[in-house]
Amino acid sequence: MSGYVISVAIFVGIWVTLALSLNILTGYAGQVSLGHAAFFGIGAYASAVMAVRYGQPFWVDFIAAIIITGVVGTILGLPSLRVRHDFLVLATMGINFVVVALFKYVDFFGGAMGLVNIPAPSFFGATFRGGTPYLILVWLYVLFVWAVSWYISKSWVGLAFNAIRLDEDAAAAVGIGAARFKIYAFGISAALAGGAGSLYAHFIGSVFPDTFVFVESIAILSMVVFGGMGTLRGPIVGAIILKAAPEFLRFVQDYRFTIYGALLVLMMLFQPMGLLGDDSWLWQQLKRWFGRKSAPPKVSEEVTP
Amino acid sequence: MLTVNNLDVFYGQIQALYGVSLTVAEHEAVAVLGANGAGKSTLIKAIMGWETPRAGEISFAGERINGLTPWERVSRGIAIAPEGGRVFRDLSVTENLHLGAYLQPDVAIRRQMDVVFDLFPVLAERRTQIAKTLSGGEQQMLAIARALMSQPKLLLIDEASMGLAPILVERVFEVINNLREHGVGFLLVEQNAFVALDVVDRAYVLENGHIVLEGAPDDLREDARVKAAYLGG
Repeated sequence: MSGYVISVAIFVGIWVTLALSLNILTGYAGQVSLGHAAFFGIGAYASAVMAVRYGQPFWVDFIAAIIITGVVGTILGLPSLRVRHDFLVLATMGINFVVVALFKYVDFFGGAMGLVNIPAPSFFGATFRGGTPYLILVWLYVLFVWAVSWYISKSWVGLAFNAIRLDEDAAAAVGIGAARFKIYAFGISAALAGGAGSLYAHFIGSVFPDTFVFVESIAILSMVVFGGMGTLRGPIVGAIILKAAPEFLRFVQDYRFTIYGALLVLMMLFQPMGLLGDDSWLWQQLKRWFGRKSAPPKVSEEVTP
Repeated sequence: MLTVNNLDVFYGQIQALYGVSLTVAEHEAVAVLGANGAGKSTLIKAIMGWETPRAGEISFAGERINGLTPWERVSRGIAIAPEGGRVFRDLSVTENLHLGAYLQPDVAIRRQMDVVFDLFPVLAERRTQIAKTLSGGEQQMLAIARALMSQPKLLLIDEASMGLAPILVERVFEVINNLREHGVGFLLVEQNAFVALDVVDRAYVLENGHIVLEGAPDDLREDARVKAAYLGG
């Protein structure tokens, strides 16, 4: 593989983890967030600060980024408990703007000039920036985030996320407190995005506030929605397509965010389940081709008065 | 088992309950009757912990539960079939039941699910069906079944008859009657006094946030005020 292809594959991997982590909050727990880039940024900056200001090695930065972002995400999630639906979307947008402003105007974070000269990670004495080993590292992290997502979807916590997404009041009726599980979702989602931020910072070698702005949050949400929110395959495919396509189709690059926005609108109109959501056209076709039977729901013959 | 003492609940400036006191003994079925807006739902919400009373005390099995979260109350043995059922419409019957036993060990869930399917054979037949494809009566049964999954000592049922055809109301109340043999205590909150009085040991009448009457079903049926207000003369 050429260096260029490897770089693209590294970027794609990082964005797959961003989409998967947002999927836990939005797809599983039903909390639509337009501020995910903030947590990506917090992870990147936490990592950069640990490396540049405190001279810590990659592994320390990486773990610190996950923990710090998880804690900050949990704290920022708290005020969001008081709002639902469209107000939550506004609140998460607000979080994004505030976080970027802090990166920009606090000297400790390097201001608009960002933090540069993040040392390349080294393993067993070998230093490398990018390349195949880094590609493997990134995709190992993809595997980890996928495994966490899978585990949650099969666990009790996942069932509770389902319950509060579908009907918060019904969840309350069985004693599932929405607040506790929304906090879990915010914390887990943020922590995983923090890891992605750290991988990004160590790959690029510098961090700037403008990388983590609101439009990036829209881009990440587009990937989740485009692929199929709430599924495991959807965000992965969404991120791969939407992140890789602009790299290989250069003319798309300049209109990237326009295309993300347009796709979001089109998907909402025609395939609200996303490309590979459970009820989406494509997924139904694939299931048919591969001979998996999908039982149509039986309708009760008793007539509702 | 459940004791509510001098409960005052406010919505902002507006008082919804005035010094409400009631008790439900173990294995007892009690109804709270009242017209729309009498404060029945508020009472249920206060007992579940969804509304915080300004004054008064709620205790369950000898323990004061005022400050507990809804989940802590469920884990102590209170369960609810809320108004309108509120089942998870997009989940299957089995998944709904699973959620009713949230955080119970798997073995207990399987055992309790067998118990519940015995009580509600119609749900056993439809176990893989998505809840929204059930009829209104079946959804109400599912709500009660879901509540039973946590093996409650006391089951609150908010307006079990609402929106159901008379024949289905009868069936729901038949089920409630059967459940009494399983040692569950009931607090039914009902507008439909006629059916409720047939299945309970005692009843209270709530009017504008005050308990105005209490007694055995036979006495209440004979009471002129109850007749006029709830039994259609």
